[in-house]
Amino acid sequence: MNNAFTKYRTWSWYEATARERVANLLDRGSFTEFIGPEKREISPHLALFDLPEAFDDGIIVGRGTVRGRDVLLAAQEGRFMGGTFGEVHGAKLVGLLRYARDYQDAPRVVVLLLDTGGVRLQEANVGELAVSEVIRAVLEARMAGVTVIAMVGGRAGCFGGGGIVVGIVAGCCSRIVISEQGRTSVSGPEVIETNMGVEEFDSRDRPLVWRTTGGKTRRLLGGADAYAEDSIDSFRDVAISLLDRIPAFDLDTMEKEHARLTQRLEKFGQCHDTPEIWKAMGIAEPDRIADLSDEDFNQIAQAQKEANHDAR
Amino acid sequence: MMLDDLLNALFPSHDTQVEAEGILCGTAQYGQDKTAAVVGLVNRTPLGVDGALSLAGHVLEVIRHSPGRPIAVLIDAQSQRMRRRDEMLGLNEYLAHLTKCFVLAGQRGHRTVGVLFGRAAAGAFIATGLVQDMLAAVPGGDPVVMDLPSMARVTKLPQDRLEALSKDTPVFEPGLDHATPIGAVAEIWNDGDLAEKLAMALDGQPGAPDRRDEIGAERKGRLKAAAIAKRVAQEATAHA
Repeated sequence: MNNAFTKYRTWSWYEATARERVANLLDRGSFTEFIGPEKREISPHLALFDLPEAFDDGIIVGRGTVRGRDVLLAAQEGRFMGGTFGEVHGAKLVGLLRYARDYQDAPRVVVLLLDTGGVRLQEANVGELAVSEVIRAVLEARMAGVTVIAMVGGRAGCFGGGGIVVGIVAGCCSRIVISEQGRTSVSGPEVIETNMGVEEFDSRDRPLVWRTTGGKTRRLLGGADAYAEDSIDSFRDVAISLLDRIPAFDLDTMEKEHARLTQRLEKFGQCHDTPEIWKAMGIAEPDRIADLSDEDFNQIAQAQKEANHDAR
Repeated sequence: MMLDDLLNALFPSHDTQVEAEGILCGTAQYGQDKTAAVVGLVNRTPLGVDGALSLAGHVLEVIRHSPGRPIAVLIDAQSQRMRRRDEMLGLNEYLAHLTKCFVLAGQRGHRTVGVLFGRAAAGAFIATGLVQDMLAAVPGGDPVVMDLPSMARVTKLPQDRLEALSKDTPVFEPGLDHATPIGAVAEIWNDGDLAEKLAMALDGQPGAPDRRDEIGAERKGRLKAAAIAKRVAQEATAHA
């Protein structure tokens, strides 16, 4: 996978909009959007709050090809309402996943470009339910033989800005590609600080936040299956390299995941900070993980037992 | 309703215990001498990495050793545990694992029925309540995404304005009265024979298709979701 780390000169994943990510991830001209912005299917709820709507409700769903392979794809726009799940936003993703589940001639790979603060609080109840429907649809698609790959590296990360869960969606996918910028958690640091106090989690301590929830931490612990440089080309190449070996969603995989997560608690459950974990894993310079280049970091990650598994 | 009262009302007999982290487990009789597995998250406990793993272990046990046995999931929880340790260790993976184990149970022929009898919020609600084949609630059931004062802070709207708005729409205010019209809660068991209602629920179809968006449309609490999801598939087939 090291050839994925040649010098990319293309778009930063982090800086790109959702539409830029889609356009540059897929083969040129291959994209067809479903319920595109011209249909103006906007949120029916934001007007109550005098908030502006987006014509795509902050998510793009459609199909295209990646290096000639047919895929279905969804991309959240982290710049609109923090990429949050509202009723329409969630339903577009549910529809895409159910299509993959129900039609054997649909593409067998779904790529989710997650960039979300979680549930849209103005639509809290329907947003949370939509997240739950997405999770169910991801798992039903996997059971029907569909591969669901999550990509996490955007501005909004993949967690709950309001304390609400989207990291769970990623954790239900077949594979997860993450970049250093791809923070993943259930409660956001600000939410933990607000609820539990600054002694529990100081959300302004940026190095602490990154080494607790950032992409490098998720990758080393095995919470992500592959690490990408912050570029659209890198995300694409890394994702393609994962397609050869995809875990099935079945009892065997769940028992393996159970053993993997049990071991993590046994080995690292008493650690207070991630460098302690890296030390326990036998990593030579645990305090330097944050400073490592993508290439050096990736070499370390690929050598760690915990980081590389089929138990998801 | 207290846990013991609920257990006695739901089952003619049961053998259950509450373990660390508020994890409920055991078995119970229902209907005509049939056995259900009973698990849950109780005592208003938040769901962290340890509890999620323990609960998932009980679900896997049932799948492994008791083929086809339905699972009743009793819920009186908090939200996900809000600790730096839990997030550092990958709480999202633990909650995802628990969620997956419940869905796997349904797919392997174990009907899963959630009974919400207290609080359930955010991540804990998704991983224990909203994931089941069917979710029912009894009086005292209190589903929450975020309380109104916090919501007021995040949305920068005064709380009295939010309270006024919530009279017109079930989409954001906490509570059973709002979770039911949108399809999140299938049934509220207010009165009558709880044991009979649960027995019927446990005998339903395991791994039943997720119809909550259609139920939300039928109940007029969630008007767009079902239609949008269907249209995506229609447009996709048209472009195939």
